Amino acid sequence: MHILDKGTHIDFMGKRKLAMAFSLTLILISLVLLFTRGLSFGIDFTGGTLIEVAYPDAVELGGIRDVLQEAGFSDIQVQHFGTARDVLIRIAPRANTASAKLSEDVMTALKGADSAVEKRRVEFVGPQVGGELTEQGGLAVLYSLIGILIYVAMRFEYRFSLGAVAALIHDVIITLGVFSLFQVEFDLTVLAAILAVIGYSLNDTIVVFDRIRENFRKMRKGSPTQIMNASINQTLSRTLMTSGTTMLVLVALFLLGGEIIHSFALALIVGVFVGTYSSIFVAGALSLALGVSKADLMAVDKEGKEVDQTP
Amino acid sequence: MNQYPAWKYLLIAVFLVVGILYALPNLYGEDPAVQISSARGTPLPDTVQGLVETRLADSKLKSKAIEAGQNRLLVRFNNTEDQLAAADVIKEALGNDYVVALNLAPSTPRWLQDIGAQPMYLGLDLRGGVHFLMEVDMDAAIQKALERYSSDLRTVLREAKVRYISIRPSSDKLAIKFRSAEDRTKGEERIHDEYRDLQLKEVDQGDSYVLDITLSENEMRETRKLALQQNITTLRNRVNELGVAEPIIQQQGDRRVVVELPGVQDTAAAKRILGATATLEYRAVDTQHDVEAALNGKVPAGSRLYKTRDGRPYLLKSRVIVTGDQIINARSGFDNNSGSPQVSVTLDGKGARKMLEFTKENVGKPMAVVFIENKTTSRIVDGKPVISNHQVEEIISVATIRDVFSKKFQTTGLDSPQEAHELALLLRSGALAAPIRIIEERTVGPSLGAENIEQGFESVVIGFCLVLVFMGLYYKVFGLVADLALAFNLVLIVALLSMLQATLTMPGIAGIVLTVGMAVDANVLIFERIREELRNGNTPQASIHAGYSKAFSTIADANVTTLIAGIVLFSFGTGPIKGFAVTLSLGIITSMFTAIMGTRAVINLAYGGRRLQRLPI
Repeated sequence: MHILDKGTHIDFMGKRKLAMAFSLTLILISLVLLFTRGLSFGIDFTGGTLIEVAYPDAVELGGIRDVLQEAGFSDIQVQHFGTARDVLIRIAPRANTASAKLSEDVMTALKGADSAVEKRRVEFVGPQVGGELTEQGGLAVLYSLIGILIYVAMRFEYRFSLGAVAALIHDVIITLGVFSLFQVEFDLTVLAAILAVIGYSLNDTIVVFDRIRENFRKMRKGSPTQIMNASINQTLSRTLMTSGTTMLVLVALFLLGGEIIHSFALALIVGVFVGTYSSIFVAGALSLALGVSKADLMAVDKEGKEVDQTP
Repeated sequence: MNQYPAWKYLLIAVFLVVGILYALPNLYGEDPAVQISSARGTPLPDTVQGLVETRLADSKLKSKAIEAGQNRLLVRFNNTEDQLAAADVIKEALGNDYVVALNLAPSTPRWLQDIGAQPMYLGLDLRGGVHFLMEVDMDAAIQKALERYSSDLRTVLREAKVRYISIRPSSDKLAIKFRSAEDRTKGEERIHDEYRDLQLKEVDQGDSYVLDITLSENEMRETRKLALQQNITTLRNRVNELGVAEPIIQQQGDRRVVVELPGVQDTAAAKRILGATATLEYRAVDTQHDVEAALNGKVPAGSRLYKTRDGRPYLLKSRVIVTGDQIINARSGFDNNSGSPQVSVTLDGKGARKMLEFTKENVGKPMAVVFIENKTTSRIVDGKPVISNHQVEEIISVATIRDVFSKKFQTTGLDSPQEAHELALLLRSGALAAPIRIIEERTVGPSLGAENIEQGFESVVIGFCLVLVFMGLYYKVFGLVADLALAFNLVLIVALLSMLQATLTMPGIAGIVLTVGMAVDANVLIFERIREELRNGNTPQASIHAGYSKAFSTIADANVTTLIAGIVLFSFGTGPIKGFAVTLSLGIITSMFTAIMGTRAVINLAYGGRRLQRLPI
């Protein structure tokens, strides 16, 4: 079975102005969203208490709210989680709350109203832990970008490295934008997903770059634009194939993995989608804009030897 | 062309066999079991097994197997009802000196256990349980240390006959007020000679001469370290009280402790026991003043009123003789001569010196132990819950000093072995330098844990099958070879996770699912190359060779960069994130092996060295 038979000849580079405009628009929208609506951070980052309970039958949220309000919990959020039988209760962090006792009180109040309620999950994160996680999370993204920047600069050339990292930042911002737009909860697992997206999208970009480097050496004729076009076309079926299989499992995870893994799977789905697009339209085009030429890649000669080392 | 030397086939076969062997324990289920260990972590006496056997036989409970392990006894049962009933019987038979915990013991066959094969270690989100992150209040630890110095310094200054007005401890320093600059210089010299670890600074406030004393950087670090270690030790003992089969108590950073209690459902009890942090102080009983007068509000200066657990009031001197953190050990036992129950206490050097000093002058007088518990409660005030931390101070023992002693002494005159046991336990748990509090909690109920496993397993299987079908359709025979490699990859990931005993969490399972999708990438790269070579008119054999060799550096580059992201994730990660990073990184490494060497071996076996017209790709 072949999806793209005999190789394609799409003029990707010719459309790079259009793609750039498209990407910039998306980034702009995402940034505006992030600054106005912001992200709906989970308690991992904000601190607070989260309690998931299950009832044997579907329940009305209003009733639960009343019970808790009567018990003295005023600043609470109650919502269904997955099904009408599962309920998620969030309690905002309090300045002087150093205790994890809150969840016990909530359970006592709920049990008093309906003894059939079952505690499924409790998460309590102190405000200081939340602050630290936010900081560490930001640093983790930064460190992985720096690590990647260095590796790609070593293996290829600094302009490729900048192109690749720009593409990654592009992916991260747009993925965050989607999370901001739909106000999907952003928790620790989503952060992990974002880092995985960085890894994945880079994977894609590297494959294209690898081919570009190879073609720069092989194709004596042809402008950088033509060579880039040829390289993207040659790797296109692989790009689509791998994204396809990854998408398959991600959709399976999204649909079957349960409520807890939902935002995680969503982040990856969006990220893989954007990452695939960016490795085709953004990374190469940017390195080209930065002025990558044939001469830049010819210098690295030892590459040829490594290729011969067949596993 | 396209033939591997024998050693390569052998290598792959060895990996395959080892992988399957170590992944195998995961297929066997778990037995409900009761785990018995000694409350103090000492080896179990041989008599325990016999006692358990007879008691179980008496109650007509059939055990599946009884295994004596290192410091523990594991009794397996056929079903949960037997397990629960047996746990009650055993608890009753063994009493308080043993921890009897419910456990799910993997039913790995003997021969697999012998080669060290174990099933994967499941995280709390998969098996249910409580995770606490606790933080030691280091400011309080430092303050406590300063307070201890303040009583030492009084003695030093008195012995050196240096006159001072007052010694005041505040949160991070001690301020000694002197009458004159000369007194201060003398005092400073003396203190400097005796305590090299203290930092001294002269401060002039109007007409008073103050000497500010702070702990040196070194001493502070030491104090913090001790506070943390003592807390960890005490938490261990408390967790034993809870009867948890495989608790984890681990230091995290320089002031935090992670406590994981798999299978614990009654989190309220767990928090009560873990959260009720305590310290204790030995104080002299004030015998010169009248307790009745003090009860009516006339508390003499230098003394304070305390009560025992059953409400009897005592006047105690406010000077502390020895604090809990100077206690090295407290153990209940019996007096060799009279056979009556007693508690033996061992103090550290500093405590011993102070005790010696105090007892020298106070033989025949009573001394009390005050137990101070830090409790956190929440009350509803004006419709809002108010959280407050408060201390409960009570006297747990009053005893007369019979003789001069220092490092080791016994508290006798206790009513029962039970009381001795309790006092020893209290003394031990009071051996805490600083309060500790819960700053993060994650509890997962057992039903949610089971559901998570089920859903995780399902998504792995479905994702895996989808990719198998897709690859088979797209690359035909070569696709099937890639499918084999993918299955091999999955086995290797499971085997490695089992061998490393890395914690498998829900995000970890997601990492496996993601790996399944990404692992075929290497094969896609290779196969696309082969197709390209074929299109360029190369022979099938040459195409296979060129496909593998040309794709290699691309695969390596692409995977290394993903690995960078994985490693950053791991080093940053807390709990669940770490699980994801581990499976993702392991998956990348194993997929390199299976997708490149594994598929090549199969393809070489199938097509290598033959004349081929076309390839089924």
